[in-house]
Amino acid sequence: MRQSRIKWHIIVFLAPAVLVYTAIMIVPLFNTLRLSLFTEVDQERVYVGLENFRTLFGDPRWSESFWNALGNNFWFFFIHMLVQNPIGILLAALLSNPRLRFSALYRTAIFVPTILSFVIVGFAWKLILSPIWGIAPEMLDAVGLGFLYQPWLGLEETSLTTLALISVWQFIGIPMMLIYAALLSIPDEILEAGECDGITGMSAFWKIKLPLILPSIGIISILTFVGNFNAFDLIYAAQGALAGPNFATDILGTFMYRTFFGFQLQLGDPHMGSAIASAMFVIILIGVCFYLFAIQSRMRRYQF
Amino acid sequence: MNKARRNPFNLAAAHGILIVYTIIALFPVFVILINSFKERRSIFREPLALPHSESFSTVGYETVFNQGDFFLYFQNSLIVTVASLFFVLLFGAMAAFALAEYKFKGNTLMGLYLALGIMIPIRIGTVAILEMMVATGLVNTLWALILVYTAQGLPLAVFILSEFMRQVSDDLKNAGRIDGLSEYTIFFRLVLPLVRPAMATVAVFNMIPIWNDLWFPLILAPAEETKTLTLGSQVFIGQFVTDWNAVLSALSMAILPVMVLYVIFSRQLIRGITSGAVK
Repeated sequence: MRQSRIKWHIIVFLAPAVLVYTAIMIVPLFNTLRLSLFTEVDQERVYVGLENFRTLFGDPRWSESFWNALGNNFWFFFIHMLVQNPIGILLAALLSNPRLRFSALYRTAIFVPTILSFVIVGFAWKLILSPIWGIAPEMLDAVGLGFLYQPWLGLEETSLTTLALISVWQFIGIPMMLIYAALLSIPDEILEAGECDGITGMSAFWKIKLPLILPSIGIISILTFVGNFNAFDLIYAAQGALAGPNFATDILGTFMYRTFFGFQLQLGDPHMGSAIASAMFVIILIGVCFYLFAIQSRMRRYQF
Repeated sequence: MNKARRNPFNLAAAHGILIVYTIIALFPVFVILINSFKERRSIFREPLALPHSESFSTVGYETVFNQGDFFLYFQNSLIVTVASLFFVLLFGAMAAFALAEYKFKGNTLMGLYLALGIMIPIRIGTVAILEMMVATGLVNTLWALILVYTAQGLPLAVFILSEFMRQVSDDLKNAGRIDGLSEYTIFFRLVLPLVRPAMATVAVFNMIPIWNDLWFPLILAPAEETKTLTLGSQVFIGQFVTDWNAVLSALSMAILPVMVLYVIFSRQLIRGITSGAVK
């Protein structure tokens, strides 16, 4: 039985997953980072070091677009954190009430937007908010707020916030579900112990439940961060690759797509595209590391 | 019991808030669906009314069927989604079994390596992925998409499935070994059937993002014969922007398959999320 020390079955079990994962995900990732150090001169690939990044951050034509996209991306993320998490927590807290009837029905219905594709969501809201169709102004009129209506998606000042809110509408189901699960896992004894000390109702939520679901809120935040910083589909579906009006809704994903594939008169440039992808990689990496080392490791976990 | 939990007023308020939010969540879908069955004038004159005998029309659906190749798109989406799920589950379960069952050098390191992809989105590598697909001639084939989605789904699948496989009893596996079963038979005949619920969870998690993805179909397979339903409807709507009947019908037809899948799998999906599989 000692003829071979190599356990072949372990290799057979691991090989397919490791090969596909390495070949399609890890190698292209590092290749993209590497490509950002090259440029094309007379159809030949030339090594230029950090020149692409110097262009990206230094050349005013590029750096303006880059900082615009990055700033928009942070605003996009900020709106998600500000609106999505509080509403998600509120809905989850209401749903976790054991005496509430039809709870499964509400959960299923509120999760519906999350399963729809960005194309459907983008166009559906574009139609609803459109001044041509007039559903939004008509409904505002019906409650006497018609004067508030503006073509939100078409105005530079409001289009990004509107798209962020549409995205929140779409993804609210995920924080709702995760926090709902966290709330259900809090044992009754803890709440009852709180009641004996006179902590009930709202204060039970603030003083007992909220601290216990903080780890879930942390996970939701980092998932939102990663999702937002490689978002593309919704903006592309609703506003096109040019992320109009006047690049007001341009985020890193659409910026990279335009640079990589070109648009209108500008030719596509895979090397500048790689440089933007590398910048996105660094931003996401910083976010994830910040979460892992600064937040998750300090958060107390409670064992029930 | 908590006083607040018994208070009927609070319960009514909870129902009120939840009903309002349910309406917000479902309203856009509802508006699209009812208007897709109306003739053009009624779409604009009474957008919130249900279609009735006078306003009923399927002219939008006729345009969609005549102009767009939606059956082909649907078939492409189905092939890509099912094949990717198959490979994610098979390869993921095999790797998860190796990590959960055997002690070998580099086990933890391999687990960490495979887990990297949970947090780093595969889209970052798009430039190099496209170059590779062009070099291998896979661009504009469904295989390009299947490979990408398999790689994208594997990290989370391995992570979730190995958690579950650690819970499978050792006695069972050792009994199999004493009976002379090979490691492969133990995996396929004993362990896989036991982790079926976890496999279903992984499948449902992966299904929706794959079906709905726009980025990779747009970049890797934009040819007419390989368009997925998501990309197909995007292009179709872009071309028919002024034909409201066609746009609304195309949207409704894109909603339909996902809704059917959701109704079938919603219990599995919600149980998967709430069972803490992704904590």
